[in-house]
Amino acid sequence: MAYKIVASQCTSCSACEPECPNVAITEKRGVFTIDPSKCTECIGHFDVPQCVAVCPVDGTCVIDNSVPRASAA
Amino acid sequence: MNKLLQLHDFSAPGATSFDELRKSAARGGCSTTGGNGKSGCGSAAGQGDLPAEVWEKVKNHPCYSEQAHHHFARMHVAVAPACNIQCNYCNRKYDCANESRPGVVSEKLTPEQAARKVVAVASTIPQMTVLGIAGPGDALANPAKTFKTFELVTATAPDIKLCLSTNGLMLPDYVEQIAAMNVDHVTITINMVDPEIGAQIYPWIFYNHRRYTGVEASTILSERQLLGLEMLTARGILVKVNSVMIPGINDKHLIEVNKAVKSRGAFLHNIMPLISEPEHGTVFGLTGQRGPTAQELKALQDDCEGEMNMMRHCRQCRADAVGLLGEDRSAEFTTDKVMEMEVEYDLAARQAYQAQVEAERDAIAVAKQRELAKLEGETATIKIQVAIATKGGGLINEHFGHAHEFQIYEVSTAGAKFIGHRRVDLYCEGGYASDAGIEPILKALNDCTAVLVAKIGLCPKDSLAGAGIEAVETYAFEYIEQSVIAYFKDYLERVGKSEIRHVARGDADIRQGAFVAS
Repeated sequence: MAYKIVASQCTSCSACEPECPNVAITEKRGVFTIDPSKCTECIGHFDVPQCVAVCPVDGTCVIDNSVPRASAA
Repeated sequence: MNKLLQLHDFSAPGATSFDELRKSAARGGCSTTGGNGKSGCGSAAGQGDLPAEVWEKVKNHPCYSEQAHHHFARMHVAVAPACNIQCNYCNRKYDCANESRPGVVSEKLTPEQAARKVVAVASTIPQMTVLGIAGPGDALANPAKTFKTFELVTATAPDIKLCLSTNGLMLPDYVEQIAAMNVDHVTITINMVDPEIGAQIYPWIFYNHRRYTGVEASTILSERQLLGLEMLTARGILVKVNSVMIPGINDKHLIEVNKAVKSRGAFLHNIMPLISEPEHGTVFGLTGQRGPTAQELKALQDDCEGEMNMMRHCRQCRADAVGLLGEDRSAEFTTDKVMEMEVEYDLAARQAYQAQVEAERDAIAVAKQRELAKLEGETATIKIQVAIATKGGGLINEHFGHAHEFQIYEVSTAGAKFIGHRRVDLYCEGGYASDAGIEPILKALNDCTAVLVAKIGLCPKDSLAGAGIEAVETYAFEYIEQSVIAYFKDYLERVGKSEIRHVARGDADIRQGAFVAS
C-alpha cells in the first residue's frame, strides 16, 4: 500500500519530503525513499498523492507493486 | 601613464596611495561608470537621482548597481533544491537553465554548511558584500532552509546583505518573514502578466496541495507574483524583476510586463536571453525554441528603458556562484575545502577594503567626466559599440586570449554606456589557439567596432581586422569608460580626416553553452 521513488529518476530536490502528510519520506546520503509502512497513497488526506503532484520529474514517484494497494479505511 | 599621474590628485582624501588603491581594486570588479545620472543599466552610475536610503542599499550590491558590479562580489548558496513550478526552459535534472547556467548541478548545502561557507568566503574575498539564495530550485519553496541560513549568517556576519530569488508563487505568505529578517533585496521572475502566454511557458504549478495546469496555473502564478511584488514594495524592500526573453512567445509582451512591474514599484528590470539547446533537455531546447540575438535583446531593453532602470550586466549565474559577476570562484569553496579552512571574520578589514573601493570609484568618475568634457562641441551622430577585455577594478587589464567575456559599451557624443557582456570560450589555451579558433569570438563581437585589450597577439589581431573589428592596445591598464570615450574621440577624428570610413555593424550571437570557470 504505497508509492516508491525510482532512484534513477530522482533529482534529490527534496520537494516531496515536506509535502507528505504521513512523514513517510526520508533522505539518507542524498537518496530519498518512501517508508511503505507509513505511506497511505494520501487516501483520506488529499485528492492526489502529494509526492506525485509536486515531483518535477514525471514517472519518479510510482506505485510499489510489491506491496498491496492502499484503500480507504 | 600620464593620465594615471594626473589622476593621483583626484584620489579621495584619506586614501592611502593611489597605486595601493589600484592594486587592491584590481582584484575586484570590472569597469565603471561615472558619478552623475543613470546610464541605463542597473542603477548605473553614481547615486544620481536615487534617494539616499535607496543608494545606501544598492551602492555595494553587484546585481542592483551596474557600477558596483565592477568592484563587489556576491555569492549564492545552494540550500534550496525544491521547486514548486515547472518552466519550459528548465530541466530539473540540472539547475535551472536560465536563472543558473545550464547543464550544471550545484553542490547542495545544509543551512549550517552554507553559513560556514559564507563566512569562509567573506574572510577570503573582502569585496563579497552580498549573499543570495537563488536555488537551485526556488528559495521560497524551501522556506525553512532559506530562513535558517539567513539567521545563521546574520549572527556571524551582520554586514552582509541578504537577498533571495523566487518565482513568486509562495511570496505573499513570506513577505512578513522576509521583512523581519532584514532581507532587503528580492528578485521575482516574472515572464508574463497574461495567463494565455504563461500557459506556453509554465506547464504546471503545485499550489494548495495540487497541481494546476494550463491557463489556470498561470492565472494563479501571475496573481501571486504581482501581489507579492506590491507587498514587498509597500514595505520598502527593493525588488528586481527577472524576465526570460523567449522570441515568439513573450518578447513583445515583456513591454507589458515592464509596465506592470514598474507601476507596482519594482526597482530594476532584468530582461535575460533564453538559453536553449537540445542537450539541456528542456522543453524549449527539444522543440528548437531559439533564444534572442544580442541586438534583439538590446532593442527590447532599450524599449523598456524609460523611468525604470534596466539591468544589463546579469550573467545568469549559478545557484552556487562565488565572486564577481563575470567570474566564478565556487571551485575554491567546496564543502570539503570550507570545512578545512581556518576562518576569522574580520569586519574592520572588510570595511577598510570597501572604503578603498569607494575612493577608487570616485577617481574613476572624475576621469570619466574629464574625458567626456573633451567631447564637448562634437556634433557627430555616430554611435558605436566597443568591447572591453577586463578582469576587474574598472580597468582594461585582460589579455584578449585570456578573456572569458567581453564587456560591451555603446558610445556616442552623449558618453559611454555599458550595454551588456558577451561570454566567450578562451581563445588562448596554454599558449596555443583553441580548437574552435577565433570564429565564435568574431560572432560574439560582430556588433562592435573595436575591442580594447591589455594585449593581443598578431594572429587574432589580423583575424579581427579581417572581420572589421579594430583591436586596440593603446589603453592597456587604463580606466574603461575614460578609454572608451577617448577611443571614440580618436575614431571621430580619423573618420573626419577620412583615414577610416564609419560602417554600421551587424548583429551578434549570445553564447548558449554552459559557462565553466577555469
